Amino acid sequence: MTLAASHPPFAATKQRWYAPVARVLRRHEAKLGLAIVLGFLFLTVAAPLLAPYDPYDQELSSALSPPSAHHLFGADQYGRDVFSRVLYGSRTALLAIVVADGLALVLGSALGLVGGFLGGAVDALVMRMVDVLLAFPYLLLALIIVAALGPSLTNSMIAIGIVYTPQYARLIRGQVLAVRALDYVRAARAIGTAPWRIMLRHVLPNSFGPVIVMATLQAGSVVVETAGLSFLGLGAQPPSPDWGALLADGHNYFLTAWWIATFPGLAIFGVVLGFNLIGDALRDQFDPRRRT
Amino acid sequence: MAIEPRRVAGPFARMRMSASWRSDRSELWRYIGWRLIQLAIVLIGVSVVVFFTMHVLPGDVAMLLLGDRGTAEQLAKLRLQLGLDQPIIVQYLRFVVAAAHGDFGTSLTSNRAAFADVSGAFPVTLQLTLAALTLATFIGVPTGVFASLKPGRIFDNVAMTFTLFGVSMPIFWLGLMLLLLFGATLDWLPIGGLYGVGIEPPRVTGMSLIDAALAGSPSIFWDALRHLILPACTLATVPLAFIARITRAEMMATATQDHVRTARAKGLPRARVILRHVLRNALIPIVTVIGLQLGLLLSGAVLTETIFSLPGLGRLMVDSILSRDYPVVQAGALFIAFVFVLVNLLVDLSYTLLDPRIRRA
Repeated sequence: MTLAASHPPFAATKQRWYAPVARVLRRHEAKLGLAIVLGFLFLTVAAPLLAPYDPYDQELSSALSPPSAHHLFGADQYGRDVFSRVLYGSRTALLAIVVADGLALVLGSALGLVGGFLGGAVDALVMRMVDVLLAFPYLLLALIIVAALGPSLTNSMIAIGIVYTPQYARLIRGQVLAVRALDYVRAARAIGTAPWRIMLRHVLPNSFGPVIVMATLQAGSVVVETAGLSFLGLGAQPPSPDWGALLADGHNYFLTAWWIATFPGLAIFGVVLGFNLIGDALRDQFDPRRRT
Repeated sequence: MAIEPRRVAGPFARMRMSASWRSDRSELWRYIGWRLIQLAIVLIGVSVVVFFTMHVLPGDVAMLLLGDRGTAEQLAKLRLQLGLDQPIIVQYLRFVVAAAHGDFGTSLTSNRAAFADVSGAFPVTLQLTLAALTLATFIGVPTGVFASLKPGRIFDNVAMTFTLFGVSMPIFWLGLMLLLLFGATLDWLPIGGLYGVGIEPPRVTGMSLIDAALAGSPSIFWDALRHLILPACTLATVPLAFIARITRAEMMATATQDHVRTARAKGLPRARVILRHVLRNALIPIVTVIGLQLGLLLSGAVLTETIFSLPGLGRLMVDSILSRDYPVVQAGALFIAFVFVLVNLLVDLSYTLLDPRIRRA
């Protein structure tokens, strides 16, 4: 007989794993945010199908032409279609989320897990490293890293990943400190399970929930900051269709061709808004004080 | 219910108060001392990061200084002169000692002392940051307070929608749109720089508003102010949104507490309850968030200065990175990190003045 069968009241109140997510999605703003983010993901996949032109194709006769039926978002200084470039730019934005946010998540989780689980001198060392990284304003740290590695999209994503690492490290360390004192971890220790196995099999999976929420919250910021570095000329380099680089082009021509900067900026704003709407709903759901 | 007997001020009362005050003061000094030790450790870490990050670079400073013109002999001689033949630890220690004296070497582009370039550009960034923080605080806090008074009503909904837009807005795009609207289309405000063409008051502080005021001409001051409006509004947007949101959340959380209910039950006027009992107790998280905005502002200043062609520290850093002027990058990075850490310390200490429980924790 299973435990659930012998205790029907507990079985009746058992929650499905997706119940918190379903609760979040009951909120209108979360639905709107999810719709925006799904739309963004759709555009990244369908960009080649939806884009009327190749994002690199130059048509000098259309240079700086305003929005029209021919060029929906107008054309840039080389006659490239801004609509197509904005569509393809969504792919760079998604790549930035995956690489930069992913790097921060992996590095930060590893540091936080090792520091929190081992404690003592290792923990002190990890936390001082985190303190040092937090001693820089985030964009300045990214600038220093890009200065060392050289301006490129990959390096800017690595830089943003490193910049966000301390936040993940702090979060997961706090979770690990709470989880490692729980009975099942002590039981695993007592039966002689190897420390690395306890860390990876017992502590990490049970500390990971808030990290996923944080990854969602950070996704929008990662898009803005990667675009910011490209805008400064330190990220994606011309002629790649990146939203920040498109804005930098628009900056040079904003008095004569407003459309070059306006549409990529709207795209960044929309995606960040989508992630922020989901993030707000998640925060409200998982922060008991806000829920009241 | 047991009622605690009222304490009667006796001959020892003053002594008791004085002892408690002294103990509070010694706690405060101990806390400040501990925080200064932490500050020193973090600054050593910061210098390690800045020094070793620049040494990851392919080649070295000697190669950068000589460029393509240098022969192998000249390169070896310059390396010897600069101490680049020494072990890396020795180089680091020399770097720290020199940095402590403000010596970061010579800028490869301006040929001036790197620190002189950095300290010359800093007042522009400081003025911009302070102007944005003032705007964000003086608009953000009242917005949050008013929104919290009637949650779910029209002002709250409009304010919270705007703050959501504010935190989602890439400021480099917002800056461009403001330039387009108020600078290019309406022609109300200038599109960049610190002063109009042909106007340049004598440089005293490096902050355009103060220098213009010291010049004693209202027209120059008005010109400097007009040049500051758009950059300050751009930079203030995101912090303003954060401050308004946290103020609203903290006000709403504090308003449900017992002491507020008691104040209302006593029949105190509503304004007094809101200002003295709710806002005052909600202030610590609000001050924390205002303090935390500094990182956001210094980062945002890099982008804002680029958009509005302001000769500040952020723009200097970006230009130096693009032209591989590493002495200036090192000087700028250490300087900004130092200011950032110092201001964070001051913000932390300000909590202890607002709430003595923190230093006893």
